[in-house]
Amino acid sequence: MSGGVNSFHVSGYGPERAGWTRVFARDSLARRLDWPILLSATALSLLGSLLVYSATRNRTELNQGDPYYFLVRHWLNTGIGLALMIGTVWLGHRALRTAVPLLYGASVFLVLLVLTPLGSTINGAHSWIKLGGGFSLQPSEFVKVTIILGMAMLLAARVDAGDKPYPDHRTVLQALGLAVVPMLIVMLMPDLGSVMVMVIIVLGVLLASGASNRWIFGLLGAGAIGAITVWQLGVLDEYQINRFAAFANPELDPAGVGYNTNQARIAIGSGGLTGSGLFQGSQTTGQFVPEQQTDFVFTVAGEELGFVGGALIIGLLGVILWRACRIARDTSDLYGTIVAAGIVAWFAFQSFENIGMTLGIMPVTGLPLPFVSYGGSSMFAVWLAVGLLQSIKVQRPMSA
Amino acid sequence: MTNIPETGRSPRVQIRLVVIQVLVLSLLGTLGGRLWYLQIREGDQYAKEASGNHVQQVVQPAVRGSILDARGVPLADNETRLVVSASRTDLMKMKDDGEAVLTKLAGVLGMTPKEVMEKVRLCDAKTPQPCWNGSPYQPIPITDETTPKQALQIRERAEDFPGITAEPQAVRRYPSPGKANTAQVLGYLSPVTDEEIQEAQDTSSPYLRSDQVGRSGLERQYDKQLRGKAGVTRYEVDKLGRVIGQAEADPTQPGANLVTSIDARVQRIAEYELNEAMKAARKEHDRNTNRTYEADSGAVVVMEAKTGRVVAMASNPTYDPNAWVGGISSKDYARLTGKKSNYPLLNRAIQGQSAPGSIFKVIPTAAAINAGYSFEGPYACTSSYSIGGQVFKNFESQDHGAISLGRALEVSCDTVFYRLSHEEWKRDGGNKPKKNAKDWFYKTAHQFGLGKETGIDLPNEVTGRVPDRQWKLDYWKANKDAWCKYGDKDGSYAEKIAYENCLEGNRLRAGDSVNYSIGQGDTLVTPIQMATVYAALANGGTLHSPTVGKAVISPDGKTVTEIEPEAYGKLPITKKTLAEIDEALEGVATRGTAAWRFGGWPQDEIPMHAKTGTAEVHGKQTTSWFATYTEDYSIVMTISQGGTGSGASGPAVRNIYNALYGVAEDGTIDKKKALLPEPQKTLPKVGTDGTIKSPKIPKDPAEDRPTASPDARATTPQDGPDGQDDPADQQQAGTVPSPEAGNRDTRRRDRRRGGGRRPGDGGRGDGPRRGDGRPGCHRRHRRATGTRRMAS
Repeated sequence: MSGGVNSFHVSGYGPERAGWTRVFARDSLARRLDWPILLSATALSLLGSLLVYSATRNRTELNQGDPYYFLVRHWLNTGIGLALMIGTVWLGHRALRTAVPLLYGASVFLVLLVLTPLGSTINGAHSWIKLGGGFSLQPSEFVKVTIILGMAMLLAARVDAGDKPYPDHRTVLQALGLAVVPMLIVMLMPDLGSVMVMVIIVLGVLLASGASNRWIFGLLGAGAIGAITVWQLGVLDEYQINRFAAFANPELDPAGVGYNTNQARIAIGSGGLTGSGLFQGSQTTGQFVPEQQTDFVFTVAGEELGFVGGALIIGLLGVILWRACRIARDTSDLYGTIVAAGIVAWFAFQSFENIGMTLGIMPVTGLPLPFVSYGGSSMFAVWLAVGLLQSIKVQRPMSA
Repeated sequence: MTNIPETGRSPRVQIRLVVIQVLVLSLLGTLGGRLWYLQIREGDQYAKEASGNHVQQVVQPAVRGSILDARGVPLADNETRLVVSASRTDLMKMKDDGEAVLTKLAGVLGMTPKEVMEKVRLCDAKTPQPCWNGSPYQPIPITDETTPKQALQIRERAEDFPGITAEPQAVRRYPSPGKANTAQVLGYLSPVTDEEIQEAQDTSSPYLRSDQVGRSGLERQYDKQLRGKAGVTRYEVDKLGRVIGQAEADPTQPGANLVTSIDARVQRIAEYELNEAMKAARKEHDRNTNRTYEADSGAVVVMEAKTGRVVAMASNPTYDPNAWVGGISSKDYARLTGKKSNYPLLNRAIQGQSAPGSIFKVIPTAAAINAGYSFEGPYACTSSYSIGGQVFKNFESQDHGAISLGRALEVSCDTVFYRLSHEEWKRDGGNKPKKNAKDWFYKTAHQFGLGKETGIDLPNEVTGRVPDRQWKLDYWKANKDAWCKYGDKDGSYAEKIAYENCLEGNRLRAGDSVNYSIGQGDTLVTPIQMATVYAALANGGTLHSPTVGKAVISPDGKTVTEIEPEAYGKLPITKKTLAEIDEALEGVATRGTAAWRFGGWPQDEIPMHAKTGTAEVHGKQTTSWFATYTEDYSIVMTISQGGTGSGASGPAVRNIYNALYGVAEDGTIDKKKALLPEPQKTLPKVGTDGTIKSPKIPKDPAEDRPTASPDARATTPQDGPDGQDDPADQQQAGTVPSPEAGNRDTRRRDRRRGGGRRPGDGGRGDGPRRGDGRPGCHRRHRRATGTRRMAS
């Protein structure tokens, strides 16, 4: 890799131009950024801040008496996320490729740290590291990024070098090993939702890498057997089993396990076409839906903004995923393709699971809705991913 | 960039990327579809569920309206009690769930903390009583026996008692002004039933679980107006039940006040006199049964003659309506509904029916005129009248010679009416009735309003009975099987009757028509029916549906809905006949069977009209009837197993008139002493703040009268060792006396307990009195022979 490629300096691409003209020149960086993704992600983040505000402004027990506590922090997280994206684009995903082992190692270290006394438990999942000052870190969010990057690095190495058309079995095995290590740790936390996302990421990555069909179907089979085994062995905690039971039959115990899903569905259902108006939802104001600023943030949109608002969020996510798929297909190197596809798998599944559980078509797991849910680690991770997508887009040959 | 080697996208990867894209899109499509399903297709249902989720109703009960007498004296109102309540919602916001506050409260109230805490906890399957069964958003009453001092302690230190209120609350009270009990007319309240709550659930005025509903009397008849409308405030609450906003509020509408035509003073006099008359009758010796009269029950109605408004209505035995307040005990309930107490809940003025005896005779008189007979006659008043082998005797077998119908009324000659009725029966075909039988005597009775309800504004009025052909047939059809089975030609009296009935009970027999003509046999009337008839005779012939309610006045006094008396019929007699009957009935009071009761009455100033009645009841002592009227009032009294009409009821009715018009025993009129010389016309004033202007009422109008002495009761032994004041008198079997004022001031519970004992020890304490009463009996006999004592 040459230095020029990794640079995002516009000067390398054309005659000297000055000021704004230069920034918006035809082949300039700004022009080559994927604006639909950037705007959609920003819109989702801002919309998310409003929904988070609506859900938390009356929750004195959470916001320490400051109704804007979560709003400001959500903005702060979004700002940091944007900065992370810019930094990623600045460095370029190919330059980052060399740092992947380091990033991977760091993320695994952080995940391991959670298992030490430094880790803390929220909602039955022991997946946080308290940083003090009200901040906490959820390393599993970053592991999602580093698994994608690590697997892509391994799988694409020989293909991008032109040695082989597809990754061989040995490489696939290595890549799987790389993914399984943090996944096992996360499972011990236990953060089943994140593990599920990682499994989907692994599947997406393998699909995009062109690995043999045998691996794909083998993994699917293994996954099914694994799931059954986990169920049978009773590795799952009671609350996890209950969530699945409640998913299967939410009327089972409306005041207990099924309460979350029932209240979430009532909130969304009562929204109708246009909703009760922002900050006007009685289910939200009445705090009937638990975890409404994080995992169940979509219910706020459903109740207060109605079908219009809910569909807008799904639509914005759809724009990001659609553009990401295009980026995966249009980029010339397999590394970029795999990274983009991994991100697509991640965003798509996490969004589907998160919204799906509020709509009662998926079991309840503790997964945030990308960009919208409150949570620093999640916000940073998804904006890092956006940075990677932008970098892949920016650095592909213009004339291709 | 050109130096990057083109790897060349392999088709496999390209295809797989497309697969991923399709998968992603289908996931998003699924979400969109599901969202549409929930929000658009099923949105309404979820919206409903959501509103049920977070709206809680708090119902403020409406204060029940008062029942007032004609001058505004409350007969039923509400008593304010200081009730300490706890708001569970407020308590639950505290860190210790309000334990500290409740403990402190227990100290002030003199209860144990455990007692208080148990009152506040919510009932569920695992929680035994005491616990709160109502809405957790409703303030939960802890005690209604708070003293003002305790209430002050709580109010003054409100910051020490967050969520605790000490507020006055309205509880129904029957104050019995001037000892006027008015129990059966007022009726009573009892708790709402589950079905009623269910029914009223979605109406504009839902019941509370704690609500009381009128069950009889005026409380039932005017329940809707008196009840008002409970206020409903809908609060939006959050998951923890904390109030986050007030959604809607329907204000409480207090119940309207009901003004009645009852005059509490006259009511008291009527109740007192009825009770005294019954007590007196129980000392009288009955020659027929050779024991004293039972006088087991009685009723009196004082009615405004021109309107049919009821000024007083008493029924004896009676009870204390306060027994129902705050929930009746099972013991009390058994007492009030038991046979031993002779069913004091019955309002015998409208629910007691018996044969009217001679007070019925105005009807055959009118019937005879309508049938074409002349008023003047003359008709033979023989000592007896025979049909076939059967002899029907005149009362005490007197013979008055040939007399007019008017004189027949005055002396209450039975044989005149026997003959007329029998003749009419024969004219209608006798044992082979014509198809178009005129049946004048029966038709006229129906036209006088007998055999059906008068339509008084009190529930469960009974109809009485006119034993006409149709009734005979219906009755025979219903009973012939039993009669034919039981009947025996040569058996006992009852068996013989049954035998006869079996054979020809379907037909109107000659004997039936004869018995009927003097209000005997199967004829049944209620006191209110007879009061209506005699009021109609007084007012020129208009039959009014009697009314007790006079007006419904809104709580702020601004809306007055008057209850106008309604005429439901005209007496089927000409003005001339009416005048003739009127004159004859005046004659009854001045020279006829009632004359001895109206000695010294200022007949010129206040023309008195009367008719006595003594009805025979098989197997029982005679029923005393006394029907009277003046220009403004008609008074009808009856005492079951009480003796003769004038004998048992006469003095009492006279005393009521004395009180109404302020007439002294010697006949002088003292207008100042007159309670109600003219019917009350104006309605009491209700202020905009709900205050009611009412005149002061003496402690006991019955004792304020100069003529209230027992001397007035000629049949009462004045020298008897047990005078009027003997409390044992009140414990006569079957009579629950009016509650005394002293009782009313004591705690409710105590009162009930005291009342429970009454019938038990009251029972048969009249043994020795029977002997004591003997001198009085002799005396009455002496008087009876000295007076013209016809048939009643």
